[in-house]
Amino acid sequence: MSFPWAKHYQPTSAVGKWMDERLPLPRFVYNALGPGYPTPKNLNAFYNFGVLAGVALVIQIITGVVLAMHFAADTRVAFDSVEHIMRDVNGGWMIRYMHAVGASFFFGVVYIHIFRGLYYGSYKPPREMLWMLGLVIFLLMMATAFMGYVLVWGQMSFWGAQVITGLFSALPVVGTSIQTWLLGGFSPDNATLNRFFSLHYLLPFVTFGVIILHVWALHIPGSNNPTGIDVKSEADTVPFHPYYTAKDFVGLGIYLIVFAAFVFFMPNSLGEPDNYIPANPLSTPAHIVPEWYFWPFYAILRAFTTDFLGVPAKLWGVIAMFASILLLFLLPWLDTSPVRSNNYRPLSRILFWVFVAVALALGVCGGAPAEEPWVRLSQVLTAYYFAHFLIILPIVSKLEKTKPLPGSISEAVLAKVGKGSGGAAPVAQPAE
Amino acid sequence: MIRLGALVVGLLFVLNVLWGAVQPREDSAPDMAKQLHKHPKHVEWAHNGPGNLGVLGTFDRGQLQRGFQVYKEVCSACHSINRVAFRDLADLGFSEAQIKAIAAEYEVAAIDGNGEPTTRKATPADKFPLVYANEAAARAAQNGANPPDLSLMTKARPDGTNYVYSLLTGYSDDVPKGWVKPDTLYYNPYFHSINIAMPPPLAADGQVTYADGTNGTVDQYAKDVAAFLTWTAEPKLENRKETGVAAILFLTVLTFLGYLSYRKVWADVKKPA
Repeated sequence: MSFPWAKHYQPTSAVGKWMDERLPLPRFVYNALGPGYPTPKNLNAFYNFGVLAGVALVIQIITGVVLAMHFAADTRVAFDSVEHIMRDVNGGWMIRYMHAVGASFFFGVVYIHIFRGLYYGSYKPPREMLWMLGLVIFLLMMATAFMGYVLVWGQMSFWGAQVITGLFSALPVVGTSIQTWLLGGFSPDNATLNRFFSLHYLLPFVTFGVIILHVWALHIPGSNNPTGIDVKSEADTVPFHPYYTAKDFVGLGIYLIVFAAFVFFMPNSLGEPDNYIPANPLSTPAHIVPEWYFWPFYAILRAFTTDFLGVPAKLWGVIAMFASILLLFLLPWLDTSPVRSNNYRPLSRILFWVFVAVALALGVCGGAPAEEPWVRLSQVLTAYYFAHFLIILPIVSKLEKTKPLPGSISEAVLAKVGKGSGGAAPVAQPAE
Repeated sequence: MIRLGALVVGLLFVLNVLWGAVQPREDSAPDMAKQLHKHPKHVEWAHNGPGNLGVLGTFDRGQLQRGFQVYKEVCSACHSINRVAFRDLADLGFSEAQIKAIAAEYEVAAIDGNGEPTTRKATPADKFPLVYANEAAARAAQNGANPPDLSLMTKARPDGTNYVYSLLTGYSDDVPKGWVKPDTLYYNPYFHSINIAMPPPLAADGQVTYADGTNGTVDQYAKDVAAFLTWTAEPKLENRKETGVAAILFLTVLTFLGYLSYRKVWADVKKPA
């Protein structure tokens, strides 16, 4: 589907015409990312992060394929093969640092992308499928990142695998069997490393497939926008190309500069030094922590310290950790406000920023050792995390008195221009 | 219905976790090791560049060679650098002949003409051999301790280069009251568990005689060997930073050009009606 005023693909050359009649791939691209996709003209910089996430995945796949040419998935030599890449493979240090830092950056842009969606109500009708497919991508990313981290076969790889697969042992009756099945043994070993390598290579392509569905689902209603109101006329949109290709290119450039700064000047700043120690099943690190992008969920996992209703604390932690992500699938039905954008929802807007602060604070707690005051703090924050989505948001969305919405996107843009320049000759600044 | 279910589940999680939060905590005895533990001292390094920021900077070749000398004369008695090949020493400014001579001082395992295990002199293509054949041999010889390989040490500890320097200069005979230190261990607050099995390796000024006339002090030895171990852990450091400067310059120009075309493309939309 598209808007009636969307430009139509016209093959200009004989070859283009020939192709269009047989396999209209150029037409497909034209309609997906080209002039054939009318896009709201008021998208701000936060709408750049979807494209950035796509680029981040491509960087991971390209660097990953090259790394796999030199990596050996065998517990006896895996760590050595990584060091071989760092020392003896031409440019290997760069490929490997790009892959390691790239994983962090992928999560960084995806978190911003998700929070963008939360703020502007991009999960609301008619974009529920788009939102849920995004969550599937997020879950796939988490599984892929975890298994990739294990491949290095350093201390944190090994003990991370032990802890994360150990979560499943909390399940009653079948738990231990599931853990053994996942690991291919009673503790992480060669079978674990081999299957994780296989899946780590597979899942990015599965992710890529789901991204195609995600983009497909995006193109049915078209992009949401900062006002959250629907596109009403051609005046509200600009063709994706050249407008957003040009804008996203600038964002991509800035992203790559920051990325390069980490890759080349502080490549190990986002990782744990312990993972430069080869895995040793006989020596447990003092402080087992996952990578930073898992910290909020790790904090939720560890926040449940008491048995409750006859269910052991450990199992509560595991259930809560999975629930903390799965509940997001219900978000379109928990938040029933007809207004999408938090720009027009005064109460919900405050709650959004409280939630951002809580999520960040949970991250800090998850990276800290399991001792006071961190445990108690993560308990309070975890309570808010669940209350926010399951209790507060459903009630607020019913009671909240929202601000009047602008008549159209272009009206909102013009109002902003007028305000920004104090009525005098307006300076270009609207589309932000 | 969904919202009612969510409310019930939400209350369940919230009450559960808050119930945990109000439980009294056991008074845990303060961990003395944690109180005694010190963060590494802050040192300026040539390879960290201006302002010690880590952005620019190259290794001080003279320092690396001195550090290698300290490693060879002191550390190598117990610690290997098994991920480093002799040929890599070219980075330190050694000539091919010098590297051959250094390699020839080491024996590596080989198989003789009859298929029997033997040893031969190392060549530049070999890696620095292990000091002990395996962990059991190390522990047997080292009073139960296992001296780790040092190739990656500065990346395997937080603030690794400063850590190595601080550890080597951080030994003290003033064991605080109440701290239990077995006689076979040594007190070093920069070590994570405070009691360390390694005796102070750099005991006195003059222990190593530098050929380049640099003053032979314990502090200097520690700095030089910490710089050397930074190189063993990250031999491509200079290459990495050089590439980074070029990459960022290129990306900055590219982004600026992209910004100009963005301005041009959007000019008609941004013009108010």
